Amino acid sequence: MEKINKMTKGTVAGIIANLVFVEVDGPVQQNEICYIDLEGTKLMAEVIKINGTQAYVQVFESTRGLKVNHTVEFTGHMLEVTLGPGILSKNYDGLQNDLDKMDGVFLKRGEHTNPLEDEKKWGFKPLAKAGDVLEAGGWIGEVKENWMPHKIMIPFKFKGKYTIKSVADAGEYTILDEIAVVTDEKGKEINLTMTQKWPVKLAIKAYKEKPRPFKLLETGVRVIDTLNPIAEGGTGFIPGPFGTGKTVLQHALSKQADADMIIVAACGERANEVVEIFTEFPELDDPRTGRKLMERTTIIANTSNMPVAAREASVYTAMTLAEYYRAMGLKVLLLADSTSRWAQALREMSNRMEELPGQDAFPMDLPAIISNFYSRAGFTYLNNGESGSITFIGTVSPAGGNLKEPVTESTKKAARCFYALSQARADSKRYPAIDALESYSKYAEYPELQDYFRKNIDPEWPEKITLARDILIRSREVSEQINILGDDGVPVEYHERFWKGEVMDFIICQQDAFDKVDCSASLKRQKEMLNKVLGIYHTNFTFESFEEVGTYFKRVINNMKQMNYAIYESDSYLEKEKELNSIIEERKTA
Amino acid sequence: METKAFQKIYTKITQITKATCSLKATGIGYEEMAIVHGRLAQVVKIMGEDVTLQIFSGTEGIPTNAEVVFLGRPPVLKVGEELSGRFFDAYGDPIDGRPAIEGEERQIGGPSVNPVRRKQPSEFIPTGIAGIDLNNALVTGQKIPFFADPDQPYNEVMAMVALRADADKIILGGMGLTNDDYLYYKHVFENAGALDRIISFVNTTENPPVERILVPDMALTAAEYFAVDKKQKVLVLLTDMTLYADALSIVSNRMDQIPSKDSMPGSLYSDLAKIYEKAVQFPDGGSITIIAVTTLSGGDITHAIPDNTGYITEGQLFLRKDTDIGKVVVDPFRSLSRLKQLVIGTKTRADHPQVMNAAIRLYADAANAKTKQENGFDLTDYDERTLNFAKDYSTKLLAIDVNIEVDQMLETSWTLFGEHFSKIEVGIKQEFVDKHWPKENEVK
Ligand SMILES: Nc1ncnc2c1ncn2[C@@H]1O[C@H](COP(=O)(O)OP(=O)(O)OP(=O)(O)O)[C@@H](O)[C@H]1O
Ligand SMILES: [Mg+2]
Repeated sequence: MEKINKMTKGTVAGIIANLVFVEVDGPVQQNEICYIDLEGTKLMAEVIKINGTQAYVQVFESTRGLKVNHTVEFTGHMLEVTLGPGILSKNYDGLQNDLDKMDGVFLKRGEHTNPLEDEKKWGFKPLAKAGDVLEAGGWIGEVKENWMPHKIMIPFKFKGKYTIKSVADAGEYTILDEIAVVTDEKGKEINLTMTQKWPVKLAIKAYKEKPRPFKLLETGVRVIDTLNPIAEGGTGFIPGPFGTGKTVLQHALSKQADADMIIVAACGERANEVVEIFTEFPELDDPRTGRKLMERTTIIANTSNMPVAAREASVYTAMTLAEYYRAMGLKVLLLADSTSRWAQALREMSNRMEELPGQDAFPMDLPAIISNFYSRAGFTYLNNGESGSITFIGTVSPAGGNLKEPVTESTKKAARCFYALSQARADSKRYPAIDALESYSKYAEYPELQDYFRKNIDPEWPEKITLARDILIRSREVSEQINILGDDGVPVEYHERFWKGEVMDFIICQQDAFDKVDCSASLKRQKEMLNKVLGIYHTNFTFESFEEVGTYFKRVINNMKQMNYAIYESDSYLEKEKELNSIIEERKTA
Repeated sequence: METKAFQKIYTKITQITKATCSLKATGIGYEEMAIVHGRLAQVVKIMGEDVTLQIFSGTEGIPTNAEVVFLGRPPVLKVGEELSGRFFDAYGDPIDGRPAIEGEERQIGGPSVNPVRRKQPSEFIPTGIAGIDLNNALVTGQKIPFFADPDQPYNEVMAMVALRADADKIILGGMGLTNDDYLYYKHVFENAGALDRIISFVNTTENPPVERILVPDMALTAAEYFAVDKKQKVLVLLTDMTLYADALSIVSNRMDQIPSKDSMPGSLYSDLAKIYEKAVQFPDGGSITIIAVTTLSGGDITHAIPDNTGYITEGQLFLRKDTDIGKVVVDPFRSLSRLKQLVIGTKTRADHPQVMNAAIRLYADAANAKTKQENGFDLTDYDERTLNFAKDYSTKLLAIDVNIEVDQMLETSWTLFGEHFSKIEVGIKQEFVDKHWPKENEVK
């Protein structure tokens, strides 16, 4: 038998782009990481298939200049991330290299940087004491990371129960200092530091249970919170043709959502969009804490020009970091833009391996891979009774804008909220271009959430939402009839019905992501606005001709838009509100 | 072409396909260049001792005993100030009858810029074309294609934009250019007296199509030299990227890869992104801006080439013939510059965003009125006025032959608003109306 510590070595036997065939001299495991020595440059690669003594590895970097017989060293572990204080506010690549620590303008092959700081001291406060018995994920102590309590835990790889022998006193420590000594069930002593590693492809399961989501996650986006709410710990996805607003919407969510921590995975998208976050987030305030947004954000950037193989890794890296923070009892929001690029990376590799292709040449197991990934999100109760959650929202970039393609269809099966961006709405600048009727939230039907709404927003909230959707549907129907029959080919009431739907569209569905005030609306404000729009719907108006209807409702819309743009309950808001009431009085049927 | 005396010459080719040939060789690097029977080739696959080479100009007439020499390096371009004013083929060899340039060898298709070393683009590029400056302002470091049917004058528009843009260097990457278009570019650049700041890499329809694959990387390697080493503002023109993608599909097809949508290789998105993402703004002032052409067939943007392009670039500019005025315009509905927010209203006059939006909204009302008219419904007075406005707007602003400053575009817009509409109909913020509404239409 191989000795555990003798690492397997190999030599390059063949190369096709970033798929490399390696002849190995010992045992290798599926998904094991290896380094190929290209004349001193170490190229990182992952085993994706094994056939006899040949390992097929996908290289995370360019293979230019690689030759047969170059040597390969296997590491004995899968792709891992390093967990510990210092992750917040970082800009990582897909393999958790700290981009800010890299030298030079251009990314260099084989350059790997430390994701954390070995020298930095953290103010540690013990939470456990000698004699306490904990499991993996159990809290030993905490440090302040930016403003958040960052828990130091029993490593997730530990199985069984561990008894605390000693915990360091409160004080300043580096992540490499010994912070606790624990004994396992056999009495073996283990020294712990503030860091640990975890393989990204495996879910961290250090929690007691994962109930169905039952709370609302406020995003400040009306068409989501009011009409298609997402639950804390829920999953959603945003498909849309190019230019319809996926990235703008995700950026809005990352700025406004009511979460403790945001992880943004830029997966195969534009570098300039990441630069926008780098530039703006350190300046922008987090509306909930008054701190800078960057303080609660971590970015994983595998932009479209970065190595394709690392694209898949980037979403897993992001999810693993999210799981780590969830285990600290935090509310994490994970955003990935775009999951289609990850699927395409899988397709490129599967084609190179000459696997039997599925639809559109995607790998056959694409649906399974996607649903497995989405299933890692969720609301959890931790072993110590606290709770933590990962809400995950991914974008999908359907080829040709056609929603009947494999990535969209597979994701639809996995995610519970569907936010369909419509080309027509984007073309007519009705932003966010979410088609409120095509879109859905399965959570809106959960009795748990409905109870939550009745208790926390309005006793009749679920009924109001149903009505709001009905109003939009009816408006759409009459608009089609008006198009066919002409403005004067239908009764005046039809115009009224159409315009009441337009009020709903303009005032609730549409929202200006680039306006300081309108970009985000509190739940209280959303409720008030919806009540006003429903109030208008229930009011009977008197009109002589169809021309009057349009002119009148344009005034109503204009006035209510000014309300949306005004700071809530400010003088100008209240003034516009008064004006609205008098506009309504003007035409109200007595 | 370069061969060195001591290099090993192979003479036994074991397999030949339409695009590749294979032989037994050792010590060969992946993506290494070679010369096969006098033609340039590149290593695309190594399996033990079997090395497969892609021959850019095709394998016609290559015998099994052809001479094969490996060059020991990936494709390179020699860079230096002397590139200026020169014309090269897809391999970086001169085609202007002048000697090869001496300079530092750089590998083409090099690594990406670390995203944290980029700067957010913020410099406006005026072009004089209102369909661009007013509605879709361009910014240095941006990447944006023209989407145009083959009968649109996209090469003319690109040449015009290039010459008017304030760039230190203009680099033309021509792929499948007709000889006429190639001579057109040459002529226009010469006439403008701008040759000394222009560098061209050209593959014409007379050259083998697969050679085109090298053109964008050649052009962008030169661009990186000027933008990084010399801190210059570089504008790269790539025309026609559809023909580039077609060449990719020829290669992948000949190499028996599984095609995805529209017979394009599954890697099309990554292939295109690697090119377009070279667009960058550096903090020290250097920048690469990419303006490309993607020809459409029958205006279909759901085809894999424009579709993948749209997912990568920062917007697109649609050229369309406006039959009402008989001129080519930049379509305000389907065009979009995603970076315009970074400059309009800040680098240009404060009323810019509002004027732009109001004009487009009124133009959209005109489109609705037109549909109504075509369906035989009666037009209201407002409908009539929007139609008149649309005609003026198209002629005086959208047409690509208009060449004015941004301030003048804004003034023209205000004049048209005043002529056709009331202040309420235009719906612009009061402070701007007070300042800019034409005096002669004050009563409205
Ligand atoms: N909510 C919004 N308000 C105003 N403008 C918007 C909004 N959403 C999108 N836009 C406009 O649409 C453009 C494209 O949006 P975005 O980049 O989010 O599209 P996308 O769906 O991510 O496209 P791609 O798939 O190509 O990445 C933006 O640059 C902006 O001009
Ligand atoms: Mg996007």
